[in-house]
Amino acid sequence: MKPAKLLRVAIRSIARTKMRSMLTMLGIIIGVGAVICMVAIGQGARSRIEQSILDLGVNMVVITPGTSSSGGVSRGAGSLNRLQVDDAEKLADESMLLSAISPVVMTGGRIRAGGGNWRAPFYGVDVAYEEIRDWPVADGQWFGQADVRSARKVCLLGSTVANELFPDQDPVGQQIIVRDVPFDVIGVLETKGQTAGGEDQDDCVIAPYTTVQKRLAGRQFIAQILGSAWSSDDVTAAMEEAAAIMRESHGLADWEENDFTVRNQSDLADAATGTTEVMTVLLAAIAGISLLVGGIGIMNIMLVSVTERTREIGIRMAVGARPGDVLVQFLVESVVLSILGGVIGVGVGYGGSWLVAYLTGWPTAIDAVAVGIALGFSAAVGIFFGFWPARKAAGLDPITALRYE
Amino acid sequence: MSRKNTVIRLHDLQKTYTMGRNEVHALRGIDLTITAGEMVAIMGASGSGKSTLMNIIGCLDRPTSGTYELDGQRVDGLDRNQLADIRNRHIGFVFQGFNLLARTSAQENVELPLLYDRRNSKADPAAAAREALERVGLGDRRDHLTNELSGGQQQRVAIARALVTTPSLLLADEPTGNLDTKTSMEVMALFEELNDRGLTVAMVTHENDIAACARRIIELRDGLIVRDEPVLNRRIASRDLALTGAA
Ligand SMILES: Nc1ncnc2c1ncn2[C@@H]1O[C@H](COP(=O)(O)OP(=O)(O)OP(=O)(O)O)[C@@H](O)[C@H]1O
Ligand SMILES: [Mg+2]
Repeated sequence: MKPAKLLRVAIRSIARTKMRSMLTMLGIIIGVGAVICMVAIGQGARSRIEQSILDLGVNMVVITPGTSSSGGVSRGAGSLNRLQVDDAEKLADESMLLSAISPVVMTGGRIRAGGGNWRAPFYGVDVAYEEIRDWPVADGQWFGQADVRSARKVCLLGSTVANELFPDQDPVGQQIIVRDVPFDVIGVLETKGQTAGGEDQDDCVIAPYTTVQKRLAGRQFIAQILGSAWSSDDVTAAMEEAAAIMRESHGLADWEENDFTVRNQSDLADAATGTTEVMTVLLAAIAGISLLVGGIGIMNIMLVSVTERTREIGIRMAVGARPGDVLVQFLVESVVLSILGGVIGVGVGYGGSWLVAYLTGWPTAIDAVAVGIALGFSAAVGIFFGFWPARKAAGLDPITALRYE
Repeated sequence: MSRKNTVIRLHDLQKTYTMGRNEVHALRGIDLTITAGEMVAIMGASGSGKSTLMNIIGCLDRPTSGTYELDGQRVDGLDRNQLADIRNRHIGFVFQGFNLLARTSAQENVELPLLYDRRNSKADPAAAAREALERVGLGDRRDHLTNELSGGQQQRVAIARALVTTPSLLLADEPTGNLDTKTSMEVMALFEELNDRGLTVAMVTHENDIAACARRIIELRDGLIVRDEPVLNRRIASRDLALTGAA
């Protein structure tokens, strides 16, 4: 029989029992839909995390105290392990590949202003921070070199802090008090949104690091040094250069390990997406199992169908169908069923992931590869689970089949 | 009569069914020759082996021993595929229970054998099926589904299906078994007409009225041929039909 004829015969017998065909396909539809939905959610989560980390700046290089070989956690053992402003200055002086360097001093506390108060992290940074984080002000202006040099008590508010402390008035020109130290608000930063970890980046106050060190932290040590490579191609080289300068600055001998860690954003992104990758695989595995169950459903129905249609098989054989014709007919039928189910499942998957995105606000990303694999798998399911029933049909004896009631 | 005109030649044909320890000798040695253009009625008591013989002649079943030549070609010992092709090309089979595909139009039912025609002998299967349906007087019922047709009409669709491949042999196992007298006569008139045009017909029947329409009667008893004689006073179905129609 010609392929076109075969296909027509298969589609006709599928169409003849629409309700049952629909129910048969349901397993595959749900299976494929689930695979695509799950992978879309997983990929969406992954790309969101990646994006929000890369939002910090692809060119950004982060130096933190402590060695990463001890599990990435700062040991903080002794002053030699600490970062100091000297390190940042040395980097700024000697680095060829970093366009901007800023130390970051971290503290925090209750911030009072007018009648209200609010608790937020307080960062002491250099002017270059604006460029490194790509974080301009929405209102007012950034502090300048002069403010840093003379440790002026000026600050910039993250938009969350600005809204909390000054809901009805312009914060610029107002004063806030942190641990009895008054700061003049000279600007409000642009809204950045949440980090991948769900942290509100706008819930912070930024001031010159000199001021923060002198008035609030009272310490020499700094939490991190941020740098920005000239271009994303330079990041790796810039990191190596920064490490070399840092080793020199800390006076490390050749045999000594780094007592600091240099990372870039893609390192962080990789670490974060690693977990979502595991999740995606797990979700896909669960969805794959439902696809398998769908396949067994097809086999079940095809077996029932062969029994039910024994007479039809007998008739076909009586008028000249070869066993091979009958085998191919049933095989094509189950493959058409499963591929049709797969195609509908892809539609359901698209709809489902759109719905998830719509209802939860999670981004979802339909993966072409997942669609391809799901469709291919459903065709394979059709062939694999259709073969046994088809062979059973082909093995029937015409007389026995015709007599079957 | 020359060998060339022999359609069926059976020699010492035996069929034994084994059911556990029991052996049923359905056919015990049949010698039978049917030549082109004959119209043979096969009669006999229930269980005498008529259907068994018919199924073997129709290549639906294989004999336990003996030889079977169809159109001069040995067909005992052929494999399942070869038998399928013989059924498709040489034989039209009409069953007592019609055996049409359910929920399928008359047209599609008649086209069915052409679907499995490996030689593609009909350039236009749909046209061939239409022609066959017209020949049995159902040209206007082409698109009716099986369950929308009367018993007589269903049997005529089945006959059209048997004819569509232009076989050399039309076999019928109790073709009128499920039909009333008048409809039976209509079917016999159709057989008669086909036979008059040269088609070889062999049919199984219980009824003397039906057998009387044939040119030759064979009677089986316990798997053996006990009577084989020409019909002297042949009944002409079309004429009877015209008479009853007028009455
Ligand atoms: N598949 C089978 N297995 C075992 N025995 C069978 C089988 N088919 C037929 N027989 C036996 O073979 C014998 C002949 O059966 P067959 O069907 O040929 O009779 P028949 O002449 O057509 O009878 P009827 O007029 O009732 O249709 C019977 O005894 C029957 O029981
Ligand atoms: Mg019988």
